Amino acid sequence: MINVNQTGSKTLVDMKVNRRSFMKGTAVAAAGVAAPSFFTRNAWGADFVNNPGNNKSITLGFNVPQTGAYADEGADELRAYKLAVKHLNGEGDGGMLNTMKPLSLKGNGVLGKKVEFVTGDTQTKSDAARSSAKRMIEKDGALMITGGSSSGVAIAVQSLCQEAGVIFMAGLTHSNDTTGKDKRRYGFRHFFNAYMSGVALGPVLKEELGIDRRAYHLTADYTWGWTQEESIKNTTEGLGWETVATVKTPVGAGDFSQYITPVLNSGADVLILNHYGKDMINSLTQSIQFGLKDKQVNGKQFEIIVPLFSRLMAQGAGDNIKGILGTTGWNWALQDAGSQAFVKSFGQEYGFPPSQAAHTCYCQTLLYANACEVAGTFYPPEMIKALEGFEFDGMGNGPTLYRAEDHQCFKNVLVVRGNQNPSSQFDLLEIVKEVPREVVTYDAKIFGGELGPYKV
Amino acid sequence: MNMKDNILVLIFGAVILTMPLWAGIVGAGYPDLLQKFAIFGLFAIGFNILFGFTGYLSFGHAAFLGIGSYTAMWSFKLLTMNAIPAVLFATAVSGLFALAIGFVALRRSGIYFSILTLAFAQMCYNMAYSVLTPITNGETGLTLTATDPRILDAATTEGLPSTELFGMGLSGYNGFYFCAIILIIGFYISVRLYRSSFGLMLLAVKSNQNRMKYTGLNTKPYLLSAFVISGMYAGLAGALMVVIDPLAGAERMQWTASGEVVLMTILGGVGTLLGPFIGAIVIKYFENIFSAFNDAVLNQVFGFLPDFIQGIWVSFASLFVGKGWHLTLGVLFMLIVIFLPGGAMEGFRRIAAKFKKEKEAHSAGGAE
Amino acid sequence: MEAVFLQLLNGLDKGGAYALIALGLTLIFGTLGVVNFAHGALFMLGSFCAVSLQKVLSMSMKVRDESVTFFEAYKEVPYLEIWFGDAGKALIDWTVPLALLITIPIMLGVGYVMERGLIQRFYKRTHAEQILVTFGLAIVLQELVKAYFGANPIPTPAPEIVSGSAHVGAWFGLSDAIVYPWWRLIYFLFAFAVVGAVFAFLQLTTFGMVVRAGMADRETVGLIGIDIDKKFTTVFGLAAVVTGLAGVMYTPVLPPDYHIGMEFLVLSFVVVVVGGMGSLPGAVAAGFLLGILQSFASMTEIKSILPGIDQIIIYLVAVIILLVRPRGLLGREGVMED
Repeated sequence: MINVNQTGSKTLVDMKVNRRSFMKGTAVAAAGVAAPSFFTRNAWGADFVNNPGNNKSITLGFNVPQTGAYADEGADELRAYKLAVKHLNGEGDGGMLNTMKPLSLKGNGVLGKKVEFVTGDTQTKSDAARSSAKRMIEKDGALMITGGSSSGVAIAVQSLCQEAGVIFMAGLTHSNDTTGKDKRRYGFRHFFNAYMSGVALGPVLKEELGIDRRAYHLTADYTWGWTQEESIKNTTEGLGWETVATVKTPVGAGDFSQYITPVLNSGADVLILNHYGKDMINSLTQSIQFGLKDKQVNGKQFEIIVPLFSRLMAQGAGDNIKGILGTTGWNWALQDAGSQAFVKSFGQEYGFPPSQAAHTCYCQTLLYANACEVAGTFYPPEMIKALEGFEFDGMGNGPTLYRAEDHQCFKNVLVVRGNQNPSSQFDLLEIVKEVPREVVTYDAKIFGGELGPYKV
Repeated sequence: MNMKDNILVLIFGAVILTMPLWAGIVGAGYPDLLQKFAIFGLFAIGFNILFGFTGYLSFGHAAFLGIGSYTAMWSFKLLTMNAIPAVLFATAVSGLFALAIGFVALRRSGIYFSILTLAFAQMCYNMAYSVLTPITNGETGLTLTATDPRILDAATTEGLPSTELFGMGLSGYNGFYFCAIILIIGFYISVRLYRSSFGLMLLAVKSNQNRMKYTGLNTKPYLLSAFVISGMYAGLAGALMVVIDPLAGAERMQWTASGEVVLMTILGGVGTLLGPFIGAIVIKYFENIFSAFNDAVLNQVFGFLPDFIQGIWVSFASLFVGKGWHLTLGVLFMLIVIFLPGGAMEGFRRIAAKFKKEKEAHSAGGAE
Repeated sequence: MEAVFLQLLNGLDKGGAYALIALGLTLIFGTLGVVNFAHGALFMLGSFCAVSLQKVLSMSMKVRDESVTFFEAYKEVPYLEIWFGDAGKALIDWTVPLALLITIPIMLGVGYVMERGLIQRFYKRTHAEQILVTFGLAIVLQELVKAYFGANPIPTPAPEIVSGSAHVGAWFGLSDAIVYPWWRLIYFLFAFAVVGAVFAFLQLTTFGMVVRAGMADRETVGLIGIDIDKKFTTVFGLAAVVTGLAGVMYTPVLPPDYHIGMEFLVLSFVVVVVGGMGSLPGAVAAGFLLGILQSFASMTEIKSILPGIDQIIIYLVAVIILLVRPRGLLGREGVMED
């Protein structure tokens, strides 16, 4: 246990997010001391933000979209978090605690402290997400923040957490930037990224569609869309495909027909939709209404590819998803022990299988807790060191490495196809190929970025 | 500006500055929310200078908020982390934008004015999200980076710098006091405007613009000044947002964000001095505290009820709290517009008047 | 050439949709003088009539799903399928066209309640207050829908038979590459029919005559002993029905969610002011104009000259029209010209 200095708590100035500015600013000391509730509760004299000290419990902050376009994804993430908390506290059937290796957790909370949580609503907006994260840090004393269902949000919250000195375990975020140019020492991502999607898709595309193809990209006009377009384009051009056009579409356009009509006589025979969430559902639905899936061009069958799939999106798109190729981080149909334990536990609790978002959020919570246990402390720099370079197995996707250089997890990536003949209502995605981790691993330097200091 | 107004501003200032002491009682005593109170209060007070004083309903004020944020961020990135230049630049630049947009939009009134401002704001938002990404960083939002030039303070520390005021950091409670002082100044100016001949002119425009025109007076310069001033308030609020949290995202320019400041102003009491600020507090309190209520909390609150009734109550109440807080807001807003067009301020007045009457009736009765 | 033809077709398609969506808004404004910010919510309610019908038709029995082995899962088999086999399946397939039938009475009722219960109190209030109260109503309606249906879009597909696309190119002797989805063509025709019906109703019936007279001079019509208020309630109901039908027909194009109304609200206002507040022909003309402009602005060739134009074209047109011709394209002289 890191030295908990209780005596300091009363003299300290105020509760704030930025440690450095806190050192500088003493001007309003008087007012700060008077502010009641924090000091007694959070023992702010210790070495780091929201040190639980001698408290019997710790608080984690689950920051997910509860309103807005990704609300259902957020709801699934929240279910996974609650399940993870149960398992950490030794309730329920234990889920992946039974399969995770190496495991330091004992099922008695973390470092003997009971795990509690608070929730916040990101509204899928960077502003709202940061504000809600701040609330959890400042008001609720959250020791770690996790969640997010959009790369913009994840990056924004991650940088906030770095400044605050609070660990951020990213949820569903797929942009290369999260662990690339915007990576942070206090941020970790278990989910895969656009680059890995490209690498994983490449060989399957070659096998299924050949090397003589002409691709047309429709791309959501923001950071994530661009990184994905770039990654996929590099891959397909590497195969020998020609890129006919890359067209940016506004986010939330709703009706994409004016962008789809030019595809019809462009001579392209593959349409790549770099869209996510609602946009992807709409653009895919409309592309299929325009008959693109039944079309013959250059003597070949026209194909649509959605590089990032999720089962929840597949539900939104209904039958249109059938036969469409893409990648996904994890699927409940995986047969390894970890996945099965998780699906069983989740299914029993809620009556349906978890989504990839739920999986990554569940794993992140366990990984954080485990790293604290390994480090023997909640003190972030030590916990970070315990998780950097951590090699584990039994959490789905085979052996996994949390790479120290960029805090990105490397594990198997799934290439999937919308299931033509689903055997059950949840069986929407068929696993075409499990691309091994070695294949999708890349040099950490290619995306640049700085992790920043351990101590803030 | 009479004695009464001075007292009002003094009390207002005292209440704001002591907020950290007592806001904790209602669970609002943490810096982030207090900062929001101050910033959105300022935004609403500025919005009121246009809508409350002149009756012109703008549905695009969030654009100025966004422009203020982006300008302040660029001041942090290019010049210095000191908040003063950022605030000044943001106010000036959003003022310029307001001048241009107002000049065009004020050629029409009524609903057309609303639609014009809405159209301009949506154009700004859509551009910020897409083609202007080099300036705005699109969806991710504009943030500080270690490689920013920052020509005025070259000696930067390791990692990312933080906003400051001559060496004093501006996050946490310091940030709140910084915003609070600007809010009090903004409130003071709005009171002065309200009492000035300029303010009278605006109120006259609101009550009957045609009559003003018949007297041979050109109302446009007055309206345009009001528009620019309120745009500058919005820009200032936008700058404060990035002072306390250096990230500028495009969402804060969306038309629904403009709708929010309209809600605030109406809830509190349009055209009154304090009303918009109260409205801002109510909405931000809802958004941050009410929205965090979940079933567990509700079960606790209604725990004294028998299980069966508790279940029904909790499921009914959970419609309105937690993630359903927008519903409460919508209902409250409708009730106010229908029954209490003067907002919370009118409510206070009515209650006060009733008390007075009762007292009078009482004393009258006593005299008999 | 083919590219231009396709974009034109797309513009006409969009235009028809815009015109239909904006029709109810301009009707309410033209007759009742009310600026209805809950218009988008009416559109959304229409869409959810289709969603609800789909829910009702595919009401299911829970059957233990043997294919899921990890935990006890249940799959849902619609009762209609159990009882009627293929006929039941077909009925579910035809949800959207069937929804049109139930939408008419439902939206009529919604319109009636809304007008009697709320809007009526605001005839004499300012436009700003009308905007505010209907804005509040829109928030309440969409939150209620969200509480029940969730926040994610719900797919409501068109009948199988029209889910593909038509070889429009072949019809005109152009390239075979020119195809267009059947449903969008149907939407276009439907929009035409509804707009035509509304026009005919207002032009050819006595009711329509009274309403038009009421639009021109409400007080005089009231003075000659006609209960204009009752007529106006009917008009509001009619507008709600038209908007609701537009919503139902749009569900196969765009899976609806609770927020879909807000997205169309701004658009329909832009269409209405460009066409002229309260002008029915104006709304139709403006719908087509904006649809075609938007379609062409999205072409790569145009975007390479004017980057970002596809994002702002609609608003840009609105601003220009409002400045050079305040009463809109076909607005009546003197109506809301200021």
